[in-house]
Amino acid sequence: MSQKGLSTQSGAEGSARARYETVIGLEVHAQMLTRSKIFCGCSTRFGAEANTQICPICAAFPGVLPVLNREAVQMAIKTGLAIDGQVRLLSEFARKNYFYPDLPAGYQISQYELPIVEQGALWIDSPERGEGVRIGITRIHMEVDAGKSLHEGIYGASWVDLNRTGTPLMEIVSEPDLRSSGEAGEYLKKLRAIVRYLGVCDGNMEEGSFRCDANVSVRLHGDSVFGTRCELKNLNSIRNVMRAIDYEVERQIELLEEGGKVVQETRLWNADLNSSRPMRGKEDAHDYRYFPEPDLPPLRLTAERVAALREAMPELPDAKAARFGQQYQLSRYDAGVLTSSRELADYFEAVAAHAASLGHGNAKMAANWVTGELAARLNRDGVEIGQSPLQPWQLGKLVALIQQGTLSGKLAKEVFEIMCQEGGDPQQIAEQRGMRQVSDEGAIDVAIARVLASYPDDVAQYRAGKGKVMGFLVGQVMKATQGKANPALVNQRLLAKLAE
Amino acid sequence: MDLASITLKQAADLLRQRTVSAVELTQFFLDRIVTHNPELNAFITVDAEGALTAARQADARLAAGQGGPLTGIPLAVKDLFCTKGVRTTCASRMLANFTPPYESTVTRRLQEAGMVMLGKTNMDEFAMGSSNETSYFGPVRNPWDRSRTPGGSSGGSAAAVAAGLCVAALGTDTGGSIRQPASMTGITGLKPTYGRVSRFGMIAFASSLDQAGPMTRTVEDAALLLQAMAGHDPLDATSIDQPVEDYGSLLAQDKGPQERMRGLRIGIPQEYYTDGMAAAVRKSLEEAIRVFQDLGAVCQPVALPCTDYAIPTYYIIAPAEASSNLARYDGIRFGYRCEQPADLADMFARSRSEGFGAEVKRRIMLGTYVLSSGYYDAFYRKAQKVRRLIADDFQAAFTQVDLLLTPTAPETAFRIGEKNADPVKMYLSDIFTINVNLAGLPALSVPCGWDAQNLPIGLQLIGRPLQEGTLLSAGHAFQQVTAWHTRRAYE
Repeated sequence: MSQKGLSTQSGAEGSARARYETVIGLEVHAQMLTRSKIFCGCSTRFGAEANTQICPICAAFPGVLPVLNREAVQMAIKTGLAIDGQVRLLSEFARKNYFYPDLPAGYQISQYELPIVEQGALWIDSPERGEGVRIGITRIHMEVDAGKSLHEGIYGASWVDLNRTGTPLMEIVSEPDLRSSGEAGEYLKKLRAIVRYLGVCDGNMEEGSFRCDANVSVRLHGDSVFGTRCELKNLNSIRNVMRAIDYEVERQIELLEEGGKVVQETRLWNADLNSSRPMRGKEDAHDYRYFPEPDLPPLRLTAERVAALREAMPELPDAKAARFGQQYQLSRYDAGVLTSSRELADYFEAVAAHAASLGHGNAKMAANWVTGELAARLNRDGVEIGQSPLQPWQLGKLVALIQQGTLSGKLAKEVFEIMCQEGGDPQQIAEQRGMRQVSDEGAIDVAIARVLASYPDDVAQYRAGKGKVMGFLVGQVMKATQGKANPALVNQRLLAKLAE
Repeated sequence: MDLASITLKQAADLLRQRTVSAVELTQFFLDRIVTHNPELNAFITVDAEGALTAARQADARLAAGQGGPLTGIPLAVKDLFCTKGVRTTCASRMLANFTPPYESTVTRRLQEAGMVMLGKTNMDEFAMGSSNETSYFGPVRNPWDRSRTPGGSSGGSAAAVAAGLCVAALGTDTGGSIRQPASMTGITGLKPTYGRVSRFGMIAFASSLDQAGPMTRTVEDAALLLQAMAGHDPLDATSIDQPVEDYGSLLAQDKGPQERMRGLRIGIPQEYYTDGMAAAVRKSLEEAIRVFQDLGAVCQPVALPCTDYAIPTYYIIAPAEASSNLARYDGIRFGYRCEQPADLADMFARSRSEGFGAEVKRRIMLGTYVLSSGYYDAFYRKAQKVRRLIADDFQAAFTQVDLLLTPTAPETAFRIGEKNADPVKMYLSDIFTINVNLAGLPALSVPCGWDAQNLPIGLQLIGRPLQEGTLLSAGHAFQQVTAWHTRRAYE
């Protein structure tokens, strides 16, 4: 298949594809941001030298025992509450048994029959199905991460690094409710925003602290049963998740259209080749021999403990976006963008608050600056809002200066650039460089008179009913004032003069 | 005084009075080990240097008047307690060269109490066996008859106490591994309530059943040792977070045996009178019942209807847990690794095939099978349900009585090799002890007679959860009016 390549969508193929419905379920493994590992006291710090963050418990020496990290439980509960899940007051750990060099005990401690959270959901805006589509979350369970096998640059052997062993994970399993790669992307963005809001996971897919496996199948529209699914692995960005799903959907439809059958298998995505290949065959299908972990008593929570955590929950993306819509009169889209991370939302609110404190608040304008100029700048420099070159008060003051008419949009962009490079107070920058917007009617009228005199033909055209010319004339007036004139005033005075 | 048969209590008195020093006492037992161990094979590792160093430290503490009741007492430790810097083999080729980098909670507590560890005792490989014959280091011989086994799996510890090679020893009990060898060697052994003693650093056989306990000459000694072993351990999530009774003063109270036993209700489980029970064992049990009655206890029959299911239930749950617990022995980080592995799968397969003995492999196979998909519900899940019913049986019985009295083992020590051909016959040796582990209860074995071949017979007292004090008190009362525990297997 990969050698042959996939045919592009066209004609008959395209209509064949339209007859199929895509069904996707996602399994996300989120590393929890606990200070220590889930069953021992070792640090969870990332990037240390191999096998320096381990103890006899990590290495599964004879006779050692796991003790559950309370912080990991708190984080799992919080995540469960954030997705409106049911937090089980009685949950249980189990052993998943298999041999692998980077799995020192020969079993992974996980939750199987009784996970800590069941029956949650989150809501996404689907590119195809519209706003507010509910995606069910079957369960969240806690488990332990394995170590890493190292093969690169080693000849005739493999090395094992156990630093990651014991890092607490949450596995968040969705229902097969997603219907497109676009929905899968939205789901992951929303879920990642939630875990970041809660501070339970850094959501970094490239570093593997937020990992996603996708179960993908297709069926003819109207079919009541799901098609045979394949599990896609090695998806280290949201973009790769979406690309791998698209590839898989094409592959399965092509297979079915050729009269073939989809074989249930695990497929490894190769981002460089933009294709996937089967990872393991049926012959080594695992029997994990799950059974309750006898070294850990069942996990019992009190309703009070869960209630206390519920009380302490931060405002989450959906609630914040709804509030932004109401409080700041923002569009659903803007509110969604601004609440995609807690830091960005906080930044925006600080900008808006500072502008308002100066008596010239305009939240919509603040939002435009944050999602427009600033976002572009951050994007260009490849940094997050936390590394913004501007403090919220600087941008807030800039917004106030525009709102009160001191700076035009054009001037404000120049001030913005200067602030980004040199820092400083926008008002001082504008004053020192004489970038004050001209709102003096007399000065503007002088400029208008000069322009009207210079372009008699255009004036005649305007007066003959060619309204378009107005834009040209405004531009000339602005040019004549080195862009400092208040554009609204220029418009107003120019119309008056032309009407004379 | 004959130091070889000295009790822990007597030794503590002599040490405190400075009649004997800890170094002298330690050297005495080290010498006895040199003389007798070649024949008995009770020890796998003797740490003479470490023992004498600990003894010197104990003497310094005693001289400064700082010692406790265990300071300077020579102890033998079953070779599945991890001991920092001292080889810990679990009697397996797999760990024949394994030296732990850390100390088990139990041995750490005993060391802190000033005990002197003489060495590590032989056992069935990974504690899987009832005769000590599955050890990679060869069988242990019963001091009462060297053609016979001392029982198992804590056979080395039992033989060491019985032969006077130490004052006391540590054992572990998953299905009877303290009590059955105690019974077969004529000593006292206690399996505490599951969770009373920390399992941290104890190499796991079956996690939900394993429990460490004392193996001693008397009930009083067992109480002194348990006192230091018991208690909550933050490193073991299954250890019980409840205060430990003061067993020592419970027994030290100036109470006669009648005062201890009067009105105590003792249940005799009727299901235990099976064809498998040897005549001599039955006779000794009946005598013991009369002793308790004479002391004022009320003995009455009780029913434990699920008794017949104990062995099959145990041989599903214990191997299931073992198959998983023993998965870590893969040749990668420690332990035995095969020569010249062809690839990873070969390394796993051959290291384990060559590193484990036959009985261990049998149980790994059993456990893997009962957990396999398609068999889990029929075996493992059903066994867990039966386990619950077995525990319920005991709970019901304990609404009528305070203690249960049974033989510890159906027969006296058997000959080395006698049951090797038939594992099920071997498993039946634990028929009276195994359901106690399934229910997580405390139980005590004390000697209560000798058969015609001069082999010891033990009785078992079973108590309610965390009622070790009641067990010890009753066992002590029995030893106050009987002399079985003073019999010696040596001149």
